[in-house]
Amino acid sequence: MALDKPYLNVPGTTVFDAEQSRLGYHLNQFCMSLMKPENRSRFKANERAYLEEWPMTEEQKQAVLARDLNRCIGLGGNIYFLAKIGSTDGKSFQQMAGSMTGMTEDEYRAMMMAGGRSADGNRYVGEDGDAQAHRQPQGKAGQRGAA
Amino acid sequence: MARITASVYTSHVPAIGAAIDQGKTTEPYWQPLFAGYEFSKKWMKDNTPDVIFLIYNDHATAFSLDMIPTFAIGTAPDFQPADEGWGPRPVPTVIGHPALASHIAQSVIQDDFDLTIVNKMAVDHGLTVPMSLMCGQPKAWPCPVIPFAVNVVQYPVPSGKRCFELGKAISRAIASFDTPLKVQIWGTGGMSHQLQGPRAGLINKEFDNNFLNRLIADPAGLAQVPHIDYVREAGSEGIELVMWLIARGAMADMAGGAKPKVAHRFYHVPASNTAVGHLILENGS
Repeated sequence: MALDKPYLNVPGTTVFDAEQSRLGYHLNQFCMSLMKPENRSRFKANERAYLEEWPMTEEQKQAVLARDLNRCIGLGGNIYFLAKIGSTDGKSFQQMAGSMTGMTEDEYRAMMMAGGRSADGNRYVGEDGDAQAHRQPQGKAGQRGAA
Repeated sequence: MARITASVYTSHVPAIGAAIDQGKTTEPYWQPLFAGYEFSKKWMKDNTPDVIFLIYNDHATAFSLDMIPTFAIGTAPDFQPADEGWGPRPVPTVIGHPALASHIAQSVIQDDFDLTIVNKMAVDHGLTVPMSLMCGQPKAWPCPVIPFAVNVVQYPVPSGKRCFELGKAISRAIASFDTPLKVQIWGTGGMSHQLQGPRAGLINKEFDNNFLNRLIADPAGLAQVPHIDYVREAGSEGIELVMWLIARGAMADMAGGAKPKVAHRFYHVPASNTAVGHLILENGS
């Protein structure tokens, strides 16, 4: 019998459960290795070569090289692990979180200053809130990317 | 006998630590947040305990995917602030209380909660940011701290109900320690926030304030709220709030004592991606 996973119908959200954790083990452990300064330097010197040392899937490696955090999460990454890539790049948590919405840094910061994203319309897949699939990407950064 | 004198609840956003460390607390963005902790720093000076039992979560710092314990109690004599990718925070070493920590472990495990005993563990912003918010920037922290790490990163995380019952077991354990120590229990993390995906940036003031109301007046009812409600209403990382229920479960009224006094309550949006909530509840003497 399948396990109950009620969180699968929350839009724009991937819950890092035991199944995601299994898919993302090597991806997340690669991220963890970036907590050591010597590994950060080696990664920055040649990202592809450093990634080749890890038994990650090619898709996971491409997602890391592209800094596509949504894709990384889809492939089993967890945000607290992926944050180590962001800190290696000198990015703040706000910049990382914002990058997954398609908004520019200024747009995302302004949304937070105005009280953050509303839960209304964003509780269940199929509503009409700004985090729903049919309303992606949000903001100017994403629109530029799509053009 | 040792006893719990008060419980403290606060968010532990890493950007707050960075703002303190970089001297930005009076900047317009941060000033309203730190104003909410002015009372708390004075209160902490006036009510310094002998030990803080500090509930927090590790953020892929001490625990990698090699191993993540659901509940881990730090029994070491000291704990170093972790390098989370940009060097360790310039804060004092955390001094532990091995005697009380191992007593609590012994008691709580026999009370059916399977704790992992940890003798070596770096502590990340989840623990050090609350210390900075409550104590400022001293050369040494004002008292020993027992770190208690809860897994809220890899699902399934413990339920609110289990956390609440664990708090009761911790309070029984502390009450059976023979040295007359004053202990504070702190629950940290939250409030509403989501750090991932197209729904990143979610904030739910109504949920958060209702949570604060119920934490004070109806903690047993609040403990029944299932995980999915936190995820849907307070964001995927809002689940950290279950840790507050451990501290609340340890208060005297949950074991037949008097209701706690609300010494301080504060709420602010935003700190980076997150809503900040803060409460101080005092047990009667």
